[in-house]
Amino acid sequence: MNIHIKNGRLIDPKNNLDAVQDVFIAAGRIAALGVAPPRFAADRVIDASGLIVAPGLIDLAARLREPGYEYRATLESEMEAAVAGGITSLACPPDTEPPLDEPGLVEMLKHRAKNLNQAHVYPVAALTSALKGQELTEMAELADAGCVAFSQADAPLTDTRVLLRAMQYAATFNFSVWLRPQDSFLAKNGVAHDGEVATRCGLPAIPVCAETIALSTMLALAQETGVKLHICRISSAAGVELIRAAKQQGLAVTCDVSMNHVHLSEMDIGFFDPNCHLVPPLRSLRDRAALRAGLLDGTIDAICSNHAPVDEDAKQLPFAEAEAGATGLELLLPLVLKWAQQEKLTLPGALAKATLQPAQILGLDAGHLSVGAAADVCVFDPETYWKVEPAALKSQGKNTPFTGLEVQGRVRYTLVDGQVVYQG
Amino acid sequence: MKNPQLNSNGELQHLLTTEGLPVKIVRDILDRAATFLDADGREIKKVPLLHGKSVFNVFFENSTRTRTTFEIAAKRLSADVVNLNIGSSSTSKGETLLDTVGNLCAMHADMFVVRHAQSGAAHFIARHVAPDVHVINAGDGRHAHPTQALLDMFTIRHYKKEFHNLRVAIVGDVLHSRVARSQIHALSTLGVPEVRVIAPKTLLPTMVANLGVQVYHDMAQGLRDVDVVLMLRLQHERMQGAALPSAQEYFKNYGLTEEKLAHARPDAIVMHPGPMNRGIEIDSCVADGAHSVILSQVTFGIAVRMAVMSMLAGAKG
Repeated sequence: MNIHIKNGRLIDPKNNLDAVQDVFIAAGRIAALGVAPPRFAADRVIDASGLIVAPGLIDLAARLREPGYEYRATLESEMEAAVAGGITSLACPPDTEPPLDEPGLVEMLKHRAKNLNQAHVYPVAALTSALKGQELTEMAELADAGCVAFSQADAPLTDTRVLLRAMQYAATFNFSVWLRPQDSFLAKNGVAHDGEVATRCGLPAIPVCAETIALSTMLALAQETGVKLHICRISSAAGVELIRAAKQQGLAVTCDVSMNHVHLSEMDIGFFDPNCHLVPPLRSLRDRAALRAGLLDGTIDAICSNHAPVDEDAKQLPFAEAEAGATGLELLLPLVLKWAQQEKLTLPGALAKATLQPAQILGLDAGHLSVGAAADVCVFDPETYWKVEPAALKSQGKNTPFTGLEVQGRVRYTLVDGQVVYQG
Repeated sequence: MKNPQLNSNGELQHLLTTEGLPVKIVRDILDRAATFLDADGREIKKVPLLHGKSVFNVFFENSTRTRTTFEIAAKRLSADVVNLNIGSSSTSKGETLLDTVGNLCAMHADMFVVRHAQSGAAHFIARHVAPDVHVINAGDGRHAHPTQALLDMFTIRHYKKEFHNLRVAIVGDVLHSRVARSQIHALSTLGVPEVRVIAPKTLLPTMVANLGVQVYHDMAQGLRDVDVVLMLRLQHERMQGAALPSAQEYFKNYGLTEEKLAHARPDAIVMHPGPMNRGIEIDSCVADGAHSVILSQVTFGIAVRMAVMSMLAGAKG
């Protein structure tokens, strides 16, 4: 199917492009920009006047809840939410039930996702069996089955010798290891940042040193082993500073932050809003400012949704008992745009954090609109305002701290491999 | 953000915390409590203010003392009282908190007195009750215990008359104490110029100074020239482990003895929310001594709880 997207404002972070240009798609790929290729006959013309044509978004952390947690969300509901949010590729963490620790599970997930024919799904496999932090998984087998990286998700790995071995083994095959830094002893029972709000509300707290101690260990072991390390969901100013220093010393480390932490702080907990019970905890305003500075100077490479749909029953509880997590797939684009507007960034620069740079972390040739690239495209209206209303979200998870917020930027078309998979 | 305790007329709809409670409401509660006591501050009269109303004591965490004082207060107001020990029934059968609240609303309760082990539970319940139901927080996790703090304020006013010239010290496990947090907010609201906390660092929240208190780790310094000493109960599970090495060592450093109390002003009063651990946080000589007003607290507690309940029942919504 040949598609001609005409009159759109084309934004491509890789080629630093921001200009009105037509896009011609043939055989699932970008065939030409600006001028139609020879003998191009469009089967479909999309008029993108007033719209932005950008690479499809790439989300580094989207929990699809399959297998095991189908009461919270299913592949069908979450994949639909993803493309409605302009996301064309997503990495899913291994914290399913059972965890993604053997090739059969990964193959089944990939197969199910492929049949749905929507966004590309890139499973991140468990680093240790059952995420228990004791024995390594069959990494090479899992990679053959289609895993792009290895992670503990939010499960602790307290034994540093196992972590060293896991990194050494992953480095042998040049696999990436993705870790969220949190010392499990210091974080035990904690549900909020150890700061002003936890002090006032009497909530069990997680100190910043829970992040920095674990992060220092991870960085030291990455230095030791030469593994490709990706730090997930950095949350504190001190954490950003450690990554900045490591990068300056030439360590091959990358880092992401959740969109929640770019916009919110502990103050948003207010009167115990369980929607603000998130992992990692929302930290202070000073930490949020440092995360934003880290995004600007390149210390933080990517923004992810940290999509974690939770069922209503698990959220309707007092703060600490309420399950952590929030839905996010449909909010990633508007929240990246909101951040760009607040920081007065150019669109190519801002969108790079949710397209090109996550693609590079995943090791994919994606997140750009060069001629010859797969036609994963997000066409959105940057001017449309809409209010976040849980019932209108396609995700089965309805809980978000952004409920009621007026956001800007609505997806009109999402294309994956040159096929229109969403039209809004 | 809307204050969840007040209705659209600015009247008290629920009592969830002393934080952000308007000073006028605090003073009204104290004044109203005084009307329930006789001239000596001893006898409490029975009045028909809550006649025909149902007060449900819903305790998800066991507490005989607090529940009993609420029960007495409600009965003196002529209310019908229902006691529910949920800790040992529904939740253990898998019923959700939301279902429990819904069921109780369907039984036509007018007022819930709630205790729960989780911080924020009272706010949660207040968000989900029928609009004409009032919620009184009788203690939620480490967060708040507003009636305890209000009865403490009543006691302080009874003995000291004014708040603006006082120095108050709170001693003990502030980190895990809902009483301490509620006391700090109430003392600030009433204009106490100097509130101190005295504890080892393991028993203080990280940013306690942001609550507007001065932090001391030494009893002699912290108690110097104070007018009021508010002791906190040390929970048994904190007495040994990573927070404290032993009850003996705690008593040696932070237990209130006559010797330590000598640093306070000669007319200082000593209070404790009970139940006391004698010989751990407080020496019996002090608990039963001339400075102690601990038994007055118990009597005043009934009057203050009557004041809160009658004020809530009077809110028009």
